[in-house]
Amino acid sequence: MPTPESTTRVLLRLRHWARPALPRIALGGLTALGASLLALAVPQVLRVIVNGPLLTAGSQRGVVLGALVVLGLGVLEAFLVWCRRALLLTPGTGVERDMRTDLFRHLLDLPVEFHDRWSGGQLLSRIMSDLGTIRRWTVFGLTMLAVSSATLVVGIGLMLATSWVLGLVYLVGAVPMIWLGFRFREDYKVVARQARDQAGDLATTVEESVHGIRVLKAFGRGDDALDDFVRQADDLRTTEVHKARTLSRVSFALGAIPEAILAVALGFGVVLTSRGELSVGALVAFFATAAVVNGPVERLGMLLAMTLDAKAATDRYLQVMDTASTVRDPQDPVALPAADPAGSRVELSGVHFVHPRGGSDILAGIDLVLEPGETMALVGLTGSGKTTLLQLVPRLYDVTAGSVRIDGVDVRDLTRADLRSAVSIAFEDPILFSASVRENVLLGTDLTGPAADELVREALDVARAGFAYDLPDGLDTVIGEEGLSLSGGQRQRVALARAIAVRPRVLLLDDPLSALDVTTETAVTLRLRRMLTGTTTLVVAHRPSTVALADRVAVLEDGRITGVGRHEDLLSSHPHYRYVLTALSALDDAQPDELAEVRP
Amino acid sequence: MSVLTSEAFGVETTREESRRIRRRSLGLLRSLLRPVAGAAWATAALVVGSQLAAVAGPALVAYGIDQALPALTAGDAQPITLATAAYLAAALLGGLLTAATVRASARVSQTMLLDLRRRVFRHTQRLSLEFHETYTSGRIISRQTSDVDALRELLDGGVTTLASGVLAMLFTAVSLVLLDWRSGLVLLIAVVPGVVLTRWFQVRSQVQYRKQRTAAARLIVRFVETMTGIRAVQAFRREPQVGGVYGGLAEDYRETNARSIRLNGVFDTGLTLIGNVTVAAVLLVGGLRALDGALEVGVLVAAVLYARRFFNPLQQIGMFYNSFQSATAALEKVASLLAEEPTVPEPLHPARLVHARGDVRFEDVEFGYGTGPTVLPQIDLHVPAGQSIALVGETGAGKSTIAKLLARFYDVRAGAVRLDGLDLREIDPVDLRRAVVMVTQEAYLFSGSVGANIALGKPEATPAEIEAAARAVGVHDLIVSMPDGYATEVDKRGVRLSAGQRQLVSFARAFLADPALLILDEATSSLDVPGEALVQLGLQTLLAGRTSVVIAHRLSTVMGSDRVLVIEGGRIVEDGSPDALVAAGGRFADLHTDWQRSLRRST
Repeated sequence: MPTPESTTRVLLRLRHWARPALPRIALGGLTALGASLLALAVPQVLRVIVNGPLLTAGSQRGVVLGALVVLGLGVLEAFLVWCRRALLLTPGTGVERDMRTDLFRHLLDLPVEFHDRWSGGQLLSRIMSDLGTIRRWTVFGLTMLAVSSATLVVGIGLMLATSWVLGLVYLVGAVPMIWLGFRFREDYKVVARQARDQAGDLATTVEESVHGIRVLKAFGRGDDALDDFVRQADDLRTTEVHKARTLSRVSFALGAIPEAILAVALGFGVVLTSRGELSVGALVAFFATAAVVNGPVERLGMLLAMTLDAKAATDRYLQVMDTASTVRDPQDPVALPAADPAGSRVELSGVHFVHPRGGSDILAGIDLVLEPGETMALVGLTGSGKTTLLQLVPRLYDVTAGSVRIDGVDVRDLTRADLRSAVSIAFEDPILFSASVRENVLLGTDLTGPAADELVREALDVARAGFAYDLPDGLDTVIGEEGLSLSGGQRQRVALARAIAVRPRVLLLDDPLSALDVTTETAVTLRLRRMLTGTTTLVVAHRPSTVALADRVAVLEDGRITGVGRHEDLLSSHPHYRYVLTALSALDDAQPDELAEVRP
Repeated sequence: MSVLTSEAFGVETTREESRRIRRRSLGLLRSLLRPVAGAAWATAALVVGSQLAAVAGPALVAYGIDQALPALTAGDAQPITLATAAYLAAALLGGLLTAATVRASARVSQTMLLDLRRRVFRHTQRLSLEFHETYTSGRIISRQTSDVDALRELLDGGVTTLASGVLAMLFTAVSLVLLDWRSGLVLLIAVVPGVVLTRWFQVRSQVQYRKQRTAAARLIVRFVETMTGIRAVQAFRREPQVGGVYGGLAEDYRETNARSIRLNGVFDTGLTLIGNVTVAAVLLVGGLRALDGALEVGVLVAAVLYARRFFNPLQQIGMFYNSFQSATAALEKVASLLAEEPTVPEPLHPARLVHARGDVRFEDVEFGYGTGPTVLPQIDLHVPAGQSIALVGETGAGKSTIAKLLARFYDVRAGAVRLDGLDLREIDPVDLRRAVVMVTQEAYLFSGSVGANIALGKPEATPAEIEAAARAVGVHDLIVSMPDGYATEVDKRGVRLSAGQRQLVSFARAFLADPALLILDEATSSLDVPGEALVQLGLQTLLAGRTSVVIAHRLSTVMGSDRVLVIEGGRIVEDGSPDALVAAGGRFADLHTDWQRSLRRST
């Protein structure tokens, strides 16, 4: 969390987005002020009518004229209300939209490391409900705060002018109300925050119970999950009831005090009038004014609360906006030299990587060279950092020390766009989007038309993803979360096709065939090898069959590359490699296939 | 996305169908109300009381000016003392009743919400996997979160707002009529345009409201998907396109928001106008009559105050209507979820199976998903207790389907699956889940400590048992090396585990559960070879004499089993020990040759 800043300072930062809308906001505020002053004028007219034509002059013309003035003022007030709405509408919603798209673009720019730390729900609540809160405040809260304060000041002034005794009575009553309304916020905020957090936790439990439904069913833990959930939901209920109790205290005050003021004023007023110190018209005007001013008084606490909410929302918004991207484009980007038909050379030298949240080096000095066009397998135990190493190349993470070079250029000297069009990756956990198979495969290219169709066909063929043609709508079938769900093996093959379709200079495959059966894997491997000529490839491998794809193998052990060579050579010379691929640590010269057969 | 929108908004339903849906939604609301009916009526009584107290104000002002003032001038102070005291009492009572209403309505609505949340949660847990797979997780989650919230909004503020709004208008009108029926008549005439305007607003805002929900849902879906797949978005340079699409959706959302604000503005302006014109009219009519002495000045003042007050609640009622619309729409969806019948129902007369041996039989089993084509035409199989079998075949051959039938994630269409001679459909679910455990490829971890995740296999397990299970699959050293050992959190805030490490944890879970029949569906695909070997070693010791069914692509796993079944097109085409099948020279022998070749790397 950033250091706490004053509410005004935080809200002032909204100027950046609100600037184009400022004139309209100011004008809107003025019309709103006009409308409430008009509303305050009506009781004065009432006073004049009662004291003049009605009680003393008995003039019919005076009464009609007075009613017409009231009518005119009323119509004008309605017109001003409309003007305020019209003036504030566009700026309010426009500011919200601009802030929303700015945040979205910023999130797209922030590195994967940021997204690892932030849960989707936290970001979602910022971009939806927090921005909604800010919009409501700019459209309604800000102007109403100004208008209510003005109405209050003018109204109390009028009441004091009408009768200073009654005005004083009102003032004495209004001050504690405003204070209470504001004070209540402080108590309420704590409970409201607690309720929001508990509701968030409840939503997390729901989400997990749905995503983990297979596990819960497999172990028959549905009832335990229900018990946990009900306990949490009951906690939330308790907090909500507690919140209502806090709210009820202020409802009591806000309900009783204004009416009590009027009761006291009635007593005083009648006494004053009977003594002739106050006209009946003034008494009437006082009550009519009080009816107009009571609204803003009751509202003020709520408006201050809204302002505090808007401040909290702005804080939350700025917290993300102020997070600078740690993976940025360089000041003077270098262009990647033209591709050699033989392929690109990838060089990792002295590469270190530590997770931002601390801990020991995951990668502690990697030196590795991939020759142009070479396919290299990366082998290591689970959790040894293979996936991390792969993601350093397209700068999904940045090295903490050392460098990654493609054809001699440090990846940090390239724009991310250039770099990522030269490098393509297939993740172990294939992420597909809710779009057609075709769109998913073409995700990394800008091709359209027949050339794109040809590319899709070829990529699907290499990845042996022919099943896509048999889907209900063929290649136009929508897949992903909102579409048809594919099996793990199918998703992996579509993701592989997508990585291939980019025709990258450097291809990174993270255990791309783990969900395929042996026969399919062999077929894919054969085609891939043919296709990969001229593409430098680094492939994470867990089993010998995937290693078959590679020309050479690198062994990742304790954060370092401890061996590079051909599979057969490493198998006989490198104990850790033998252990990783065969689970046998003893040096013996058995046949590889027997080595791989694990018979405890 | 298209699926979401068509399902949620675009589907044309017949009038009969939509009426039925409506009835179901209101039926759900009634059944939620039933247990709290008494408290709900009490709340309503409180609302009536507080409104009565509030409406007394202007009447007392009128009394004060018209009766007490002349009396006081005449030297009688009693009326004004009475009036002031009565007003004070009304103020106090009104405040107390309002406060009580807030508390009582929160208690009622929170009890109803807890009831609804529990029902929906329990029901989704009972629904079969088949349902979960077609309904998609996103929609089930939104049923349980945002749809329940919509009802919450209605219950929280809406109902009392409506009740107090309607009552306030009613009482104000009645008071005015009682005070001076002619002024009341003016007000009643003004009600006509007020009602027309409100009705117009209702109809238009309902349409607008739906559009707004659609736009918001699109925005949310796009956002969640982009953030979930941020790695792919960045790796494939989709930022400009994704940003452009999102910008367009944000503009749509802005537009619908602006429209509904504009609509509200017209309504607001209209109400102000009607209210102000009415005040002027009451003043004119009353003033002229006061001139003739037919109306007292105090009554005129009260009439003007009442007229001003009358239209205030209409705006709130308009807002209530919005939340009512959204709540019933949400309840319709929740009710349809609750109306889903589990396709894997719990047995009516459950048979106990306390000590299962693990003897499995498929008798003339036929199966297909939902109403879809037959996946398994006929399976007959006997797996004696203690045997380890491996299922082999191409993707889509039906291996996983057989495994899911065994775990009773689905029920057969014909025939029966029996465990120790009992039909799975008759076994007590608690006994069944203790006897049969399935570990799948997706190793899902719940937020919480790594120890708690393992303990899911046996909630009453001691720390020593948990550690023993972790040791058995070789994940103990890893866990001990984490910052807080077994208490380390494994969610976003905690340690990130690799896919292989997650699989090890889920294996430890299965070890701890200690079932009579263990099913492994691609459960080792992300493990490295040593990890897999360790797991197998552990399994061999743990499952000595127990039944296991293994689906694996790696033949290294398959070769260690007692018996191999080759599945093709939903049928068992080869059945025998691994060595016998290799020797017989069939499909399994071919697979074996492929595998050998891949090991030798003879390219």
